[in-house]
Amino acid sequence: MVTLSSDSRPIIGRGPPLGAGLFFLGVVSVVVMVLDHRGGYLDTARLWMSAAANPIYAVVQTPYQLWNWMTGSFADRSHLRTENAQLTEQLRVARTQLLRFEALNEENRRLREIREASKGLSERTLIAEIIQVSVQPYRHMVVINKGADDGVFRGQPVLDAFGVVGQVMLVGKSTATLILITDSEHAVPVQVNRNGIRSIAMGTGEKTAKLSLPYMTVESDVQRGDLLVSSGLDDIFPAGYPVATVTKVERNPTDTFALVEAKPLAQLDRDREVLLLWTDKPKVPAPEEEAIEAAKK
Amino acid sequence: MSVSDGRISRLRVTVTVIIALILAVLPLPHWLDVARPYLLLLLVIYWSLSAPRIAGLMFGWLCGMAIDVLKGTTLGQHALDFLLVSFLTHKFQLRMRIFPLSQQTLTVLLLLLLYEFVVFWTDGIIGYPVTTWTRWIPVFTSALLWPIVVAILDTWNRRNR
Repeated sequence: MVTLSSDSRPIIGRGPPLGAGLFFLGVVSVVVMVLDHRGGYLDTARLWMSAAANPIYAVVQTPYQLWNWMTGSFADRSHLRTENAQLTEQLRVARTQLLRFEALNEENRRLREIREASKGLSERTLIAEIIQVSVQPYRHMVVINKGADDGVFRGQPVLDAFGVVGQVMLVGKSTATLILITDSEHAVPVQVNRNGIRSIAMGTGEKTAKLSLPYMTVESDVQRGDLLVSSGLDDIFPAGYPVATVTKVERNPTDTFALVEAKPLAQLDRDREVLLLWTDKPKVPAPEEEAIEAAKK
Repeated sequence: MSVSDGRISRLRVTVTVIIALILAVLPLPHWLDVARPYLLLLLVIYWSLSAPRIAGLMFGWLCGMAIDVLKGTTLGQHALDFLLVSFLTHKFQLRMRIFPLSQQTLTVLLLLLLYEFVVFWTDGIIGYPVTTWTRWIPVFTSALLWPIVVAILDTWNRRNR
């Protein structure tokens, strides 16, 4: 089929010329990008489009699930026995700790009620499984198997058994994409547990899980091994959850800020399951709202 | 299979696209993940050359949109880039079809470089720039994959006409 024009589609029913198609679809793409990036106006559209992606995720998942099932069902008896013994031991330890925790929690609640600041006490959690799919190679993001149908929302905090994992970035119908605390675009406000110094732990985006705390002054009292907990100042992560331990502090007297690095406590590269967290935000009106209401009167 | 472009059916295009989408999200170790070729983009170029009536601009655009949804990037980003590559392929398809394979591979390499540059550029505008040199590796692995893709799909198309 040799034609003289560069457009080899049939002359009848050819549709608009190529340039017009390029222009039209190009404009549509740019509009879609602006709407999605600037305002998040396309969350609902993404919700449904990601539902279409589910079969593909399922196909990718199948070999892994098959492998897990096989190793699970053919695991030998002694292995299961030792695992069972270990878990029983862990449960016993956890139970005894919980006994104290209940009492402390009750005391804490009473004290907080006295202060009328019961912040983040009623919590609900849901376990989500990480889907073994690869997203972008340079971002620290994972996909989980819970979505809008389970009540997952954007900006929801995600934990595992050891600490803060990250937050929900994109919500689909039955899947959601998490951004991990080690991503270079993520930051979590933290507090040194020992003395309450506040700072911000930023992800580095490197392959090894690492956080950096760029706003610790040279004089600030932070040591290797200090526990960093979330400070709750961002209204995303509730206060008091362990985030990381400080692994490196370098003070150069000529600089303003010390070089502080920390290692996340959550097992970001080994997790299979994570915990989604719902907290009841306290109904405390913001100072600006109060001022506006006062102005109205 | 009612609509066909010569001997290529719409079903055949869809099957290859689905396979490419699965391979695009298949979990790989990090060093392989970094070099993962853009198989879907190669398919868009291939089908634009060999079945231009089926694989028009809309086809390329939708493939890019699928990548955006699967990879969680800003909607429309890869759609725009796929559209651009698709347009250029359509524009130069009569020339590219008669090129020997080596020259065709070089042309594809140029298209891929342009694609990666536009992705890099839009990444920067959106605000998640990845500036390491390793981001250019997939361009070259994809270009190396082109002769293989052509060989496999050409054989398949010739066998079941």
